[in-house]
Amino acid sequence: MKARHKRIAIIVAGLVALGIAAALVLNAFRSNLVFFYTPTQVSKGEAPKGTSFRIGGLVEQGSLKRAENSLDAHFFVTDTVQRIEVVYSGILPDLFKEGKGVVAQGKLGADGLFHADQVLAKHDENYMPPEAADALKQAQKAQKTLEAK
Amino acid sequence: MIPELGQFALILALLLAAAQSVFSFTGAARHNEIWMTAGVSSARGQFFFTGMAFLCLGYAFYANDFSVLYVASNSNSALPLQYRLAAIWGGHEGSMLLWTTTLALWTVAVTVFSRHLPAVFRARLLGTMGLISIGFLAFILFSSNPFDRLIPAAMDGRDLNPLLQDPGMVFHPPVLYMGYVGFSVAFGFAIAALLGGELSPEWARWTRTWTTVAWMFLTVGIAFGSKWAYYELGWGGWWFWDAVENASFMPWLVGTALIHSLAVTEKRDAFKLWTVLLAIFAFSLSLLGTFLVRSGVLTSVHAFATDPKRGLFILAFLALVIGGALTLFALRAPRVGLGGRFGMVSRESFLLTNNVIMVAAAGAVMLGTLYPLFLDALGMGKISVGPPYFDTVFVPLMMPAIFLMGLAIFARWKNTELPALAIRLKWAFAVSVVTALILPLVMGKWTPLISLGLLMALWILTTAVVSLRERLLKRQGSWLTALINLPRAYQGMIVAHLGVAAFITGVTMVKGYEVEQDLRMSPGDTAQVGSYQFRFDSIHDEPGPNYTAARAHFSVTRNGNPVTVLEPEKRMYTVQTMPMTEAAIEPGLVNDLYVSLGEPVSNQAWAVRIYIKPFVQWIWAGCLMMAAGGFLALLDPRYRRRNKDQQEGEKA
Repeated sequence: MKARHKRIAIIVAGLVALGIAAALVLNAFRSNLVFFYTPTQVSKGEAPKGTSFRIGGLVEQGSLKRAENSLDAHFFVTDTVQRIEVVYSGILPDLFKEGKGVVAQGKLGADGLFHADQVLAKHDENYMPPEAADALKQAQKAQKTLEAK
Repeated sequence: MIPELGQFALILALLLAAAQSVFSFTGAARHNEIWMTAGVSSARGQFFFTGMAFLCLGYAFYANDFSVLYVASNSNSALPLQYRLAAIWGGHEGSMLLWTTTLALWTVAVTVFSRHLPAVFRARLLGTMGLISIGFLAFILFSSNPFDRLIPAAMDGRDLNPLLQDPGMVFHPPVLYMGYVGFSVAFGFAIAALLGGELSPEWARWTRTWTTVAWMFLTVGIAFGSKWAYYELGWGGWWFWDAVENASFMPWLVGTALIHSLAVTEKRDAFKLWTVLLAIFAFSLSLLGTFLVRSGVLTSVHAFATDPKRGLFILAFLALVIGGALTLFALRAPRVGLGGRFGMVSRESFLLTNNVIMVAAAGAVMLGTLYPLFLDALGMGKISVGPPYFDTVFVPLMMPAIFLMGLAIFARWKNTELPALAIRLKWAFAVSVVTALILPLVMGKWTPLISLGLLMALWILTTAVVSLRERLLKRQGSWLTALINLPRAYQGMIVAHLGVAAFITGVTMVKGYEVEQDLRMSPGDTAQVGSYQFRFDSIHDEPGPNYTAARAHFSVTRNGNPVTVLEPEKRMYTVQTMPMTEAAIEPGLVNDLYVSLGEPVSNQAWAVRIYIKPFVQWIWAGCLMMAAGGFLALLDPRYRRRNKDQQEGEKA
């Protein structure tokens, strides 16, 4: 009887430990999910305030402006329908270019600007980051349904 | 002609792989020597033709044969020879061929070094490996053929992605694949054992050698990749929790669990089913990793939609391998039995706990890697899982694992007394805690995470020292000879564990004390970073073989004394008009000095990254130590007994 109790105790303890671990993992997971929004969604106000999210699209032609004495940069990310002004301080990736796809991660500020803490452009001239491609596709679809009406 | 020859060789290899399986399994079922020998010969033939196909593709790259689509899309006539050859595995099709060739290599190694195995068991092992070969060869021939022609031929190739034009590309993929594919041998051993319904400590001894070799390759391969990312990507990180990295990390975690659980199976005849299950998982994760990285599913799940054949094949293959193995497991597990019993506090229970932690860690990584893919595939929106998730999950998971790692060295098999353990380790514990608390204060910055990281590293170090001391106190003769005369397996374990300590030290120090500055600098400017002065002297153009570079010149001084000169480059690769950052790094035992160029921000000024990375080299040195530990353990005489068995087998 005693050995059996011991075994049950071990199993219970193991299950409790696993349960706690699973809870920790899932909690960490939930609080670190980064959602993606298109410029159109952001301008409609669907994006969250105060939490970090990603936007994607094209860097608008002629929109990149660098500050005189710092590494601050301003540019617009567009899905061809709507555009979002992005502020970023730091070094832009090698493949960041006007007219090319880009993904930025950051928060929407009270000033209405998107304050990016990360700017990603992938490593291929022809290749578009999937999020950016998605944003363009959705915008085109919306455009078409509008015209159809 | 040559590409057709390669294609033909692949077809022959596929037929021979089928022969390898059929002959081996039939021979095993009928206990027929002749069939089984035919299986061995087919396996060797399969290697010959797979290798030939690989060489044919290599020749096409060597000869700049742009009438081959794969060559045209991954190479260029201006590409230096070593990168033209590395371009063989620069894309999906060639990577698959490298995979199959590596598998054939392991298969041939098994035919050569397995004469000591019972004939029937060996036949089942080769039969299983043959099935995997069939899967891969068929996949290549039907959906990913690297020999497809491009008619009319391209004038020149589209070039290898500049990011891959690096010595890292020459070594990293083959070494990594040796590791991935090496787990197929452990998988084969597991399946053969399940088919035979018997799992002896001897089985574990055989499997251990192969698994350890594969694990060593995987460890070194991952370390290579990490180092490559560090100097090539130009932002000084060494691990990004990127899906591609996670894909190689998951089999490593499970593989690490496997080599420890094999130790228990060998020594104590316990954990049998768990070991078999781990062998199946390790290889399944290798397969998953290969496909994740190479099928394009990461760039877009819809890559499958553009080539549904490929996606369907992959899913079917994974389902067959994993599903088949687990079904066999379910059917045969009761026959294999659980094995020896052990107490609640024993070396077995410590190892089992750590095993479970490793698997749980692999599961957590898998969740973070696959969940975004699933969501995207189901059309439920795009998300990404940030690196903080992996960090927050990993640290708490590894803490108990590291603690037990120190204890397990001292715990006795079967049953051990906790109070006795506590007495033996009280000094190790006290020294670790006190040093971990004080050391960061001495270094000028204290945070809980730095202390915790140091505590883990110190705990491994001090327990290893106590263990060595206990062993050496019983010595006869000098310390040095006693140290050399310790059992190789024990030495290997100590070295590998100290490797973990070095790794943790590196991670802790980099995270805790790195200095990163992104600056705007013009020639003539000087920046103070940490205790160093970086002077941007000049910048000039420098032509390369297939790129033009802007090369900057930085002199680094410390308190007026010259330290080094760093020359980072910004390269523009001409074929794909793609810019690349080539960082300049002065590596050191305690500090890496790192400079890389961003973009020009005005006529004169450049965006410049200047980093000081303390102890970052320890991260890779730690990985190499882990692999070296595996190598030492393999030198243990009890594995050499195998050769004796082998010679006797040959005589008989």
